[in-house]
Amino acid sequence: MKTARFKLWRGERGEGDFVEYETKITEGMVVLDAVLQIQAEQANDLACRWNCKAGKCGSCSAEVNGMPKLMCMTRLNSLPMDKPVTVEPMRAFPSIRDLATDVSWNYGVKEKIRPFAPREPDAEDGTWRMSQKDVDRVQEFRKCIECFLCQDVCHVLRDHHMHEDFIGPRFLVYAAALEMHPLDTDDRLKDLKDDSNIGLCNITKCCTKVCPEHITITDNAIIPLKERVVDEFYDPVKKFLKLFRRK
Amino acid sequence: MPEHDSFEHDVIVIGAGGAGLRAAIEASAQGVSVGLICKSLLGKAHTVMAEGGMAAAIANVDERDNWKVHFSDTMRGGQYVNNWKMAELHAKEAPDRVRELEAWGAVFDRTPDGKILQRNFGGHKYPRLAHVGDRTGLEMIRTLQDHGIHQGIEVHMEVTVVALLKDGDRVAGALAYEREKGRFRVFKAKAVVLATGGVGRAFKISSNSWEYTGDGHSLAYHAGAELQDMEFVQFHPTGMVFPPSVRGILVTEGVRGEGGILKNNRGERFMFDDIPDLYKDQTADNPEEGWRYTQGDKSARRPPELLTRDHVARCIVREIREGRGSPNGGVFLDIAWIKEKRGDAEAHIKKKLPSMYHQFKQLADIDITKEPMEVGPTTHYMMGGIRVDAETQMSTIPGLFAAGECAVGLHGANRLGGNSLSDLLVFGKRAGEFAAKFAAENGGVTIDNAQVDDETKKALAPFEASRTENPYEIQADLQEMMQDKVGIVRKEEEMLEAVAEIGELWKRTANAKAPGNVEYNPGWHTALDLENLLTVSEAIARSAIERRESRGAQFREDYPEKKPELAKFNVVVKKAEDGSMEVSRATIPEIAPELSEIIKEMG
Repeated sequence: MKTARFKLWRGERGEGDFVEYETKITEGMVVLDAVLQIQAEQANDLACRWNCKAGKCGSCSAEVNGMPKLMCMTRLNSLPMDKPVTVEPMRAFPSIRDLATDVSWNYGVKEKIRPFAPREPDAEDGTWRMSQKDVDRVQEFRKCIECFLCQDVCHVLRDHHMHEDFIGPRFLVYAAALEMHPLDTDDRLKDLKDDSNIGLCNITKCCTKVCPEHITITDNAIIPLKERVVDEFYDPVKKFLKLFRRK
Repeated sequence: MPEHDSFEHDVIVIGAGGAGLRAAIEASAQGVSVGLICKSLLGKAHTVMAEGGMAAAIANVDERDNWKVHFSDTMRGGQYVNNWKMAELHAKEAPDRVRELEAWGAVFDRTPDGKILQRNFGGHKYPRLAHVGDRTGLEMIRTLQDHGIHQGIEVHMEVTVVALLKDGDRVAGALAYEREKGRFRVFKAKAVVLATGGVGRAFKISSNSWEYTGDGHSLAYHAGAELQDMEFVQFHPTGMVFPPSVRGILVTEGVRGEGGILKNNRGERFMFDDIPDLYKDQTADNPEEGWRYTQGDKSARRPPELLTRDHVARCIVREIREGRGSPNGGVFLDIAWIKEKRGDAEAHIKKKLPSMYHQFKQLADIDITKEPMEVGPTTHYMMGGIRVDAETQMSTIPGLFAAGECAVGLHGANRLGGNSLSDLLVFGKRAGEFAAKFAAENGGVTIDNAQVDDETKKALAPFEASRTENPYEIQADLQEMMQDKVGIVRKEEEMLEAVAEIGELWKRTANAKAPGNVEYNPGWHTALDLENLLTVSEAIARSAIERRESRGAQFREDYPEKKPELAKFNVVVKKAEDGSMEVSRATIPEIAPELSEIIKEMG
């Protein structure tokens, strides 16, 4: 039976180290399979999150050989197996234990964003009409599984720890989905400028690269929002012209 | 008494998938204080994995659809042992529940005239499933979550309930522990809604996540509530079979709804070989007609791949058993073939089935736009559950409500695809509404400290130094045994063996050891899950023994026929005074004449 070596970060509240495990591997295995097998056979109390094991729930985010990944979608045959595979928790969030991190900050951020506020229904039966063409871009953003890998890799959060000032790519995508929702009537541009500090993003596109749902975070969500903020607050000519346009 | 933190709400909802979230939103809207307890992080519950869509007769794609057809399809699919009142309420209310999601921000795929698009699914006469590609569950849970967080609901994440607390006959709250620090929490509540989902982890091959350990079923049972229809476990016909590590992961029925076909290793489209009498009139008798149906031709009848899940799963098992399976023990599901029919096949498949495309590409190196998938049955859904009143969703315990997969009634012996998401919304709302009403109309409750003390000690027992067994091994042995003996093909002697083996596993569970400490410890959690898994496994086996016929999801090799006299009752289990599991039969009330008329009318 083929085996492979894994170095899993074990510890609590940031204090800990890598522990090496060896486990058998079979065809098609993903990193999560190996971690769960180690948990079941050698380390029953190994803390890690997972749910769907199919890339749909965004629970098993971790850093595999230093790269932010969903463990359930990372095939072992995509990794060099001649040395141990390292698995460690996301670094942009406080460590709880082993691979589990405290991601509660994200939930707090979302609550502060103004919720969806639809226009009056289009039809008498209380329904709306939207064309597929108009919902395509919002549907892209709504694919987000909230794995927070984009947050993990965003240098504003990861390196500069500006969690108090910046909402991160996930919530810029969330704001974009609301702002570009054909039915929404609210306006979040001022919040995006002043509270979310969208300006802190300098478009290095790291978030887009790690998104397991392949959402074009920077180009389709963040840049258009930045443009809208600029249009609204920093361009006197456009601001003047806007008086004659719909929102 | 070990230390614990105390919380008080008018209503607590246990479980934060579609049903739990919808119940919490509704209870909160009624003006009572609501606590929502989730085992994982908010938004990660199993609803997220639902793919195909939610069934509602909104008739946007086929104007012939209405609640009566939906009602009749649901009863037929359930082989007429459904709670007909629930089937009626569901069919009537599902359209409003879907529209409400749109008002809360859901973005469904659209028809050319801008309405919510609907797709074909097994057992539904007309295209009825509102959907978003093949990630409808994600859309639903996210919509409810993003709406719910602004409704004043207190959310308790990564908190696991270990026992329901009672005040006399009435439910009084729950004892739980939060994972991060391992501290116990006592929730005092006038009404409790269980929305804990299913039991799929009792089986080895399953599409369900680690959370699906039958918690609500077990909590209710041990608190004295009745469970019903536990023999009806749905094995979804199409789970992945290869590579081994992905075995069981779901392949949506939407693949077949979009024209995907099932073939054996001889290239035969075997579903045409066996079409049940009940569905003969509704099913295409040639491939061409089946294809036209999937492309929206209203004069065509649906292809046999879209027969109900119980039937399709059994046909697949037959092909595999008789040596016509695929190399890895499944059959072939082919959507790539539609390139013969449509020029835009590749783009179309990627648009309508994006997560299937990625799932196979990433996990199996298969490009589903070019080659067939290998699929086989996987444990998917529990039709059985906590016995509730159809209108209020209250169980046999005052103040204890249940909704969604952990409740019973709507689906009978077999659930139609798409009826789960609508079930969650319709009955989640009802449970929330009536739980709030119950809380408002009934006085306060008293927590029984002795019970809290007792249950806390039980929950900490896995840390006892004398214990030695690895809980994961016990779980794996149970899963293996249930798969073998109480799986898709059943017989009496094997199930009797299963009951005996469950007894042995109970003994081993009393020796299950949690290493380490109480902080974020999955080993401890697994040890605690075992009690729930064993309880539901025993209920499944005993109920399956009691139903000596084959109906819907239950296939008995020793009783392969359906027996009309057995359509008149449901199997019920309850905890007897001496702690043993008592099995009985509950007569199904006579169907209302107007509903009976509808069924006749629909043929």
